[in-house]
Amino acid sequence: MNILVLLKMVPDVVEDIEVAADGKSLDPDSLRLIPSESDEHALEEALILKERHAAKVTAIALDCEGADDALFTALAKGADRAVKIAGGATGLATRAGAARVARALSAGQGLQPMDLVLTGTQAIDDLEGLTAPLLAHRLGWPYLGIVTQVVVDPASARSTVTKEYPGGCHGEFDVPLPAVLGVQAAEKPPRYVPVAKVRAAMKSLKIETVVPPEEDEPAPLDILQMAKPQAAGHAEMLDGAPEEVAGKLVEILAGHGLL
Amino acid sequence: MGEAAAHEPTICELTLDTLASHPEGRKVFTCIQCGTCAGTCPYGDVMDYPPRRIIGMLRAGLLEKVITSDSLLACVACYACMAKCPRGIQLTEVLLPLVKEQTFLRLPETPAELAKALENTLRYGNPEGEPARKRAAWVKTTDVPVRILAEDPKRPVDVLWFVECYTSYHPRGQDNTRATAKVFHALGVDFAILGNEEKCAGECARLLGESGLFDTLMDYNMAVFQKYTFNRLVTSGAHAYDAFKYQYPALGYRYPTDHTAVFLARQLDKLKPLLTRKLDYTVTYHDSCCLGRHNGFYEEPRQLLRAIPGVKVVEMTHNRINSICCGGGGGGMWLDTYYKAKGYERLSERRVKEAAASGANVLAVSCPYEVSRFEDALKVFGYDKHMVVRDVVELLAEAIAA
Repeated sequence: MNILVLLKMVPDVVEDIEVAADGKSLDPDSLRLIPSESDEHALEEALILKERHAAKVTAIALDCEGADDALFTALAKGADRAVKIAGGATGLATRAGAARVARALSAGQGLQPMDLVLTGTQAIDDLEGLTAPLLAHRLGWPYLGIVTQVVVDPASARSTVTKEYPGGCHGEFDVPLPAVLGVQAAEKPPRYVPVAKVRAAMKSLKIETVVPPEEDEPAPLDILQMAKPQAAGHAEMLDGAPEEVAGKLVEILAGHGLL
Repeated sequence: MGEAAAHEPTICELTLDTLASHPEGRKVFTCIQCGTCAGTCPYGDVMDYPPRRIIGMLRAGLLEKVITSDSLLACVACYACMAKCPRGIQLTEVLLPLVKEQTFLRLPETPAELAKALENTLRYGNPEGEPARKRAAWVKTTDVPVRILAEDPKRPVDVLWFVECYTSYHPRGQDNTRATAKVFHALGVDFAILGNEEKCAGECARLLGESGLFDTLMDYNMAVFQKYTFNRLVTSGAHAYDAFKYQYPALGYRYPTDHTAVFLARQLDKLKPLLTRKLDYTVTYHDSCCLGRHNGFYEEPRQLLRAIPGVKVVEMTHNRINSICCGGGGGGMWLDTYYKAKGYERLSERRVKEAAASGANVLAVSCPYEVSRFEDALKVFGYDKHMVVRDVVELLAEAIAA
């Protein structure tokens, strides 16, 4: 069985992110890029399936700062192959990025046939979770997102996929393979890999590169402005005994016409 | 035997397979299986494989059983076993990190809090996961000038003050750091910090078996040191002190190094006249594992405390070489949830019971981990109404008139 894991580097919100001078994009100098958290879960789910079915796992990522680190880490965790999609612009919007990955899968050696493509169901810069369904559409494969478990029957090329719903519900789906799945959470937390193993992978293993053919991907949306939220005011702290505070609160709510 | 011997810095390129090729490695095999290590280990009663049994299994060719169990996650690297071993086997320093490294590689699942702390340390240079750009944010909150080397890189300085992580980011750590800056300034120490360039010294990562992370941090910190000119290094981190003293020499580190408490104790004759405010505290001092058992600095912090007017020093039952670890070393700082799930008593809770029984109203410490660990433990029992935790340097600063 062949599993592909699509990894994406996203801005780390631990750092203070700044808007660039053009007022429409993020200042790249202020950014630190880290692997998207749900992509880590996708990789973990792939590695769990590898252990279960002796599958081959290929980690793939669009080239950008930090992609090498993420791919070597994937190899150190147990991925069999790491592929970097090079050439082309960096910082692609979701649709263009997904299209690029789809072209890479057709162009790259040994990247087809895949039985399963796993990627994070959403990312901090893709809250709508569009990467996976757009990729599935390009490949002509079924897609299911917010996945928390994948049970595969390689012999019949089918899978039973658990999808999470609000309210603590979940649904079980019978999904024919190949398919693209957006992983919400792996069955276990993403494994920790000791730094020594990653350093060893950097010394002894290689990341392959694939350069897909270019195609014009006009962006359907035009960003007018990007800005940081402005603090409109501060919280007013109410002090006193519970009865006093309740009284003040009622006054404030009434004053705002809410009562 | 029985004394924490100061020993020469060791270059640890040993592996479990090459133990016999090195004098310290060969010493491991001279173990007489007396069990003093297991008996003195604070978690010896819950470990499947305390040090004695580890060596026994090693000699019997059964180490695989040890490293596939999670027994070693309970080791908090407190140096108790190493300090008491009648053979002088460097358990905490040499053997245990090697065995822990293998354990770590085989763990089916790394406890989440620990994994996060390690990932944070690699990514941000601190286990808290705070941005590197905020490491020196505390400088704006001090009243005294603090020089950051990057702002004036060519000018030499006498003391490079390596602040460390909890002391940079944690609110109670920052209290300690502001106090340290105040005391240094009062003494006229010519000091500077690395500021946002500073990254964790990584000693606790090394002690728990993450040697790759330690090496990455050591490479980085050594490269930063080489950019500047300074005579000596003083650090607020007790574990960082150990890293610089025993591990960094392997990469050519040669600076005279001190922990802040020891550095200040050496200058007591200059410091004492500045301690003019009377503090009516009854203080009990908790010997930290690194300063105490590992390096033998038992008296220096006590000298500092006794120099403060109005301070009365009382001892806990287990003091000096017998001190009970706060539980923060060797990864323990990030394994409280794991220990709780296993039903182990938290060592910090064990220790504060002794502190409360000593009759003191101040528990004095000298390692940054201890502050939050003991404050939390005091709250668990409600002792926080009668006792506060203060770093020794915080007390010194308090005794210096503003």
